[in-house]
Amino acid sequence: MNLCMEGGVKMDFRFTPEQEALRKEFTEFCKEEAKSAPEGWIGGLAAEETDEGWAYHQSVVKKVAAKGWLCLPWPEEYGGKGHGPVEQLIFNEVMAYYRVPAIPFHFMTVAAGIMVYGTEEQKKEWLPKIARAEINWAEGLSEPNAGSDLASLTTTAVADGAHYVINGQKVWTSGAHRADHIFILARTDPNEPRHKGLTFFINKIGPGIEFRPLIFMNGSHFYNETFIDDFRVPRENVVGKVNQGWYVMMAGRNFARANIAFAAGGKRDLEDLIEYCKETQEGGEILAKKALVRHRLVELAIDFEAALKFAYYIAWLQSKGKDIAVEAAACGYYASELNLRLANTAIEIMGLYGTVTRESNWAPLCGKFQDLCQWSSGFTIAGGTTEIRKNIIAWQGLKLPRD
Amino acid sequence: MDFAFTEEQEILRKMARDFLAKEFPKTLVREMEEDPIGFRPDIWKKMAELGWMGLIIPEEYGGSSCGFVDLIVLLEEMGRACLVSPFLSTAICTFLLLDAGSGEQKREWLSKIASGEKVFTLALTEPSASYNASGVSTKAAEDKDGYIINGTKLFVHDAQVADYFLCAARTNLWSPPEEGITVFLVDARSQGIKITPLPTIADDKQNEILFERVTVPKGNMIGELNAGWPAVKKTLDRAAAAKCAEMIGGADWTVENCVAYARERTQFDKPIGSFGIIQHYLAEMWAEIGHARRLVYHAGWLIEQGLPCAKESAMAKARMSEVYRHCTRMGVQIFGGIGTTREHDMGLYYRRARQALPLFGSPDFCRERVACEMGF
Repeated sequence: MNLCMEGGVKMDFRFTPEQEALRKEFTEFCKEEAKSAPEGWIGGLAAEETDEGWAYHQSVVKKVAAKGWLCLPWPEEYGGKGHGPVEQLIFNEVMAYYRVPAIPFHFMTVAAGIMVYGTEEQKKEWLPKIARAEINWAEGLSEPNAGSDLASLTTTAVADGAHYVINGQKVWTSGAHRADHIFILARTDPNEPRHKGLTFFINKIGPGIEFRPLIFMNGSHFYNETFIDDFRVPRENVVGKVNQGWYVMMAGRNFARANIAFAAGGKRDLEDLIEYCKETQEGGEILAKKALVRHRLVELAIDFEAALKFAYYIAWLQSKGKDIAVEAAACGYYASELNLRLANTAIEIMGLYGTVTRESNWAPLCGKFQDLCQWSSGFTIAGGTTEIRKNIIAWQGLKLPRD
Repeated sequence: MDFAFTEEQEILRKMARDFLAKEFPKTLVREMEEDPIGFRPDIWKKMAELGWMGLIIPEEYGGSSCGFVDLIVLLEEMGRACLVSPFLSTAICTFLLLDAGSGEQKREWLSKIASGEKVFTLALTEPSASYNASGVSTKAAEDKDGYIINGTKLFVHDAQVADYFLCAARTNLWSPPEEGITVFLVDARSQGIKITPLPTIADDKQNEILFERVTVPKGNMIGELNAGWPAVKKTLDRAAAAKCAEMIGGADWTVENCVAYARERTQFDKPIGSFGIIQHYLAEMWAEIGHARRLVYHAGWLIEQGLPCAKESAMAKARMSEVYRHCTRMGVQIFGGIGTTREHDMGLYYRRARQALPLFGSPDFCRERVACEMGF
């Protein structure tokens, strides 16, 4: 009895030669760009913090855009390369691994929304500018009372002639102080329940928008509060139909679901930690030779390997046209929790040195892990909390009753 | 890149699931657990007729030349069914014979494995309870007729039904441990062999085998003299990955059945599956299995390709063992009191998860292996 076929398509973990060539190209570029990082650069989150960081971010992003890599998966008619999710993931992995800040903020959310729901005029007007990285976006989604329950947001937009007039307050507006444009999800029909009365706006930042820094616990200025007071947006800057804004926003979220940055960037951080443990002695013993330290390092290595493999599995599912909302939720919470675990483990292994910040020469690895252990406390919240992601798995994946 | 199982593999899976559901219901699992021999030759014969024992054996030796990923599919179904059989023991010996056996030995033994005629098991571990070469102290001394084996093997699965043992024995006492081990094919009916059952948490038919001046002909040496360890080590990597596949099957059963129960079990006038805490337990189980599964399939694919897999196999075993243990623990918790009883199926999986954990490398052993492979 013959149980297996000859010559058919079998399970295969290899990348295609074309994908390998792309990886090589991305890697060479990133290695080169990594050389011009400002001193003490610890990765993408630092981009908005300092002027040097922002200049570095902008210089790399412009180069990436010039190569057409910003929009690898876009259809060619919009200036993209028509690549699949796997190629996109390779790019994201390499960028994160080399800590090169390559993606403009919120770029994908807006671009995907316009691509899927925008008019032809909007596509022609906005997509090329976005592809050239000429726009830096501020994100106007969350509100003080609409976090995980985003659909309960109360910022309003009221039609007034050729414009909509927007009023309300947004929060966690990451990157706003470096942005020139903003996208806003606002309520256009107060009579419709929750996500049914929302509309998606894009516009240049102007009068009526005020940002105030919302300083992160490590002292970094990354987030902002946004106060919106009679901000006027032309009607032609509504993306999608009025009251259909929720779906425009979701299109962006669906576009690049397999978030590999946590896994790839974290893997690199773990490699640094392992090197540190190989070079550092404690009580006359090399850290990496201590059983407890080895145990922890390997647990993390296994976790990162699993997270990377899972991300590629999602990209592959996506390339087959499968709905990956549930897998993406699992990937998201797993990898963000993992980064938090990595950071906490690292500072524990480093002992008293672990908490020294980068201003001191005593800080191991430029104080990266004490910084990461603060940043990563937010990774498990931003873009979907661990709890919401587990709800998605339970409700959509396992079909458990919602109440 | 392609992570799908082929159509043939899906057919194999369905065939295996249907067959095991019909031929090996949980009532029989329990019966086999209690039975000292725990072997049903009639079912074994049917499994052979389905081509399972010959799955990974080349066609020239009577098998169907399938790959390790095909075997994973089958083992997942066996894990799901809690099958009690010497299938994995025999498959592990198949790897070793394929790797290290001579052409003549393969012709003779692999065809008998494929046909279901002979049952094999690996007699490797000893009271040292170690998967390192240094753990082997059973000795084989050259004699005019062949080799004389003396020593005690322990934790040997299925020795009570095996026709042959592949026995790792020390043939050089002075060399480094890895360079003094030879593998012998030993007839289980040889003079001087005494088998004593070793009861375990999962009733998985482990044994102590006492070798007292057991004579083995020279022709039964598998591979070269003193060169057995590399082959054994390679076999252990594959055994670990294979065990992981069984664990995936059991873990999948656990999540599916816990989800079904959580939907129907009502407390406080609501299905318990509507409570956030139960939802999150199940979501975590699902996500952890999903991640561990990627490691197992990757190791399995490397094995199928004949690529080095020591690190990946160890990663998979360390993680899958702990994920399965955790999932079955949560499984009992979700089923509540009834889940703790002997009559409930959950306990079968709970006990098997704990049994699978130390086999072919405990998580600690595997992590150490990974650390060495990663160069620290």
